[in-house]
Amino acid sequence: MTRTPSLAALRAGLETALDPDARAWLDQSLTEAADHKADSGQGPVPTWELRFAQAGRRCGPEHADDARLLLLHAARADTATLTRLYEQGTAAERRAVLRTLDHLVPGPEALGLTEDALRTNDTSLVAAAVGPYGAEHLGAHAWRHAVLKCLFTGVSVDEVAALADRARGDAELARMLGDFARERTAAGRPVPADLQRVLALTEVSAETSAETCTETSVETSAVEAPGASSTEPLTRAGAPTEPPSEAAPAASAASPQES
Amino acid sequence: MRIFDPHIHMTSRTTDDYEAMYAAGVRAVVEPAFWLGQPRTSPSSFYDYFDSLLGWEPFRAAQYGIAHHCTIALNPKEANDPRCTPVLDQLPRYLVKDNVVAVGEIGYDSMTPAEDTALAAQLQMAADAELPALVHTPHRDKLAGLHRTIDVVRESALPLDRVLLDHLNETTVKDAKDAGCWLGFSVYPDTKMDEDRMVALLKEYGPEKVLVNSAADWGKSDPLKTRKVGDAMLAADFTEDQVDQVLWRNPLAFYGLSGRLDLDVADTDATHEGNSILRGGE
Ligand SMILES: [Zn+2]
Repeated sequence: MTRTPSLAALRAGLETALDPDARAWLDQSLTEAADHKADSGQGPVPTWELRFAQAGRRCGPEHADDARLLLLHAARADTATLTRLYEQGTAAERRAVLRTLDHLVPGPEALGLTEDALRTNDTSLVAAAVGPYGAEHLGAHAWRHAVLKCLFTGVSVDEVAALADRARGDAELARMLGDFARERTAAGRPVPADLQRVLALTEVSAETSAETCTETSVETSAVEAPGASSTEPLTRAGAPTEPPSEAAPAASAASPQES
Repeated sequence: MRIFDPHIHMTSRTTDDYEAMYAAGVRAVVEPAFWLGQPRTSPSSFYDYFDSLLGWEPFRAAQYGIAHHCTIALNPKEANDPRCTPVLDQLPRYLVKDNVVAVGEIGYDSMTPAEDTALAAQLQMAADAELPALVHTPHRDKLAGLHRTIDVVRESALPLDRVLLDHLNETTVKDAKDAGCWLGFSVYPDTKMDEDRMVALLKEYGPEKVLVNSAADWGKSDPLKTRKVGDAMLAADFTEDQVDQVLWRNPLAFYGLSGRLDLDVADTDATHEGNSILRGGE
């Protein structure tokens, strides 16, 4: 998911998907959000913010993200409001805030929320943090670590907005990926398939990317010849814990202990 | 055997426990907010804990195929500490959250005036938020504590049939049942209640409105006690349907009073995005 669909498309999709009760609830809530007075930060919680919290049980978990996104838009939530909702939110509410940042915050002033989400180990938050707002505003170092974190925690790199554009010709990212691949290989563990995909994106040659790429093509032979050019000792200190055994259905999950 | 543990503190348990619970048949849990063994010194410490019950812990549980909900409250022990009581003012904003299925654990610890105040205030909040309440009964002076608890509920806006009285035993079950409350039993190694006593109580009082939990936490406890009670019931000639009633349908009915239970783990927040988890990035 690299593009957020238009608001009209979201609204239309929800209108058809929701049952009549949920649709009526959403219409009413969007009206409340649109009508609310800019709040002072004092006094009781504005009604629309309560609706924001309740969206999961009113619209169903599968539609909650879209409903919350529409509410934030209708309320024209500013950075201060978004920050408060994020800080006081459940994981689902936080994810919804992260997904609206590129719509509602023109500059980097909400980047702290993205950075907070990237420090968590909840893959749903990490995935939301590498969306369009993160792609637009994360600095090079933080963005590379975000990509690496996706690979560590099993978040598909399909979630990383503008992946090809930002990865193209990124020699430092290629080096990090190569080192990560070597570390995995040394530990006798498979290298995530997504890693090769991202690595390939960093390798785009000068003629196909001359217009956007100022860095030269990258040396990535280290991945093909594990350990050959490693300059730092392999360490197990950062090795993630092994995933749990097969007993539980989701137990092959990436370890949330990864940090 | 499908199992819903209606009272377990997973924050204190390991992933090995989640794995063993799933293998034993546990598919849903409710984690009540309680004290952490180490006293807290500020309201912020509670908010981080509540956020964890609404964020990180359901994510962990979902990875093991278990649906996780929580109850939120200021617990009776810390209701006595003036550094903690400002938490009461912030509870309403937590009680609207989708994953909160009751107010709890509330109730008495030492039966102090501060506990009276916190219990009455939180019963009112449960009524306002249209939530049921999980009410802990005290370990010391238990029968007197139970009577006082029932009296306070009677005076509150919350009907008795929206209250689960927990940690019951042979001495308290009858009065709790007569009051019309839901009946919770915590089955521990060594203390409180064991499997055989639990089966004896089920024989005497029947399975209606009875919930069995492990109340497993950071102390000596066993997250598989629910399963062991199910096995003991079958060994004592209860039917599989009666086991299902106690270990699954009763907790479902009680917390279902909130209108907020969502047991479809595949649809939880974690695995919603987490098809990526299932692919196994490791
Ligand atoms: Zn407890």
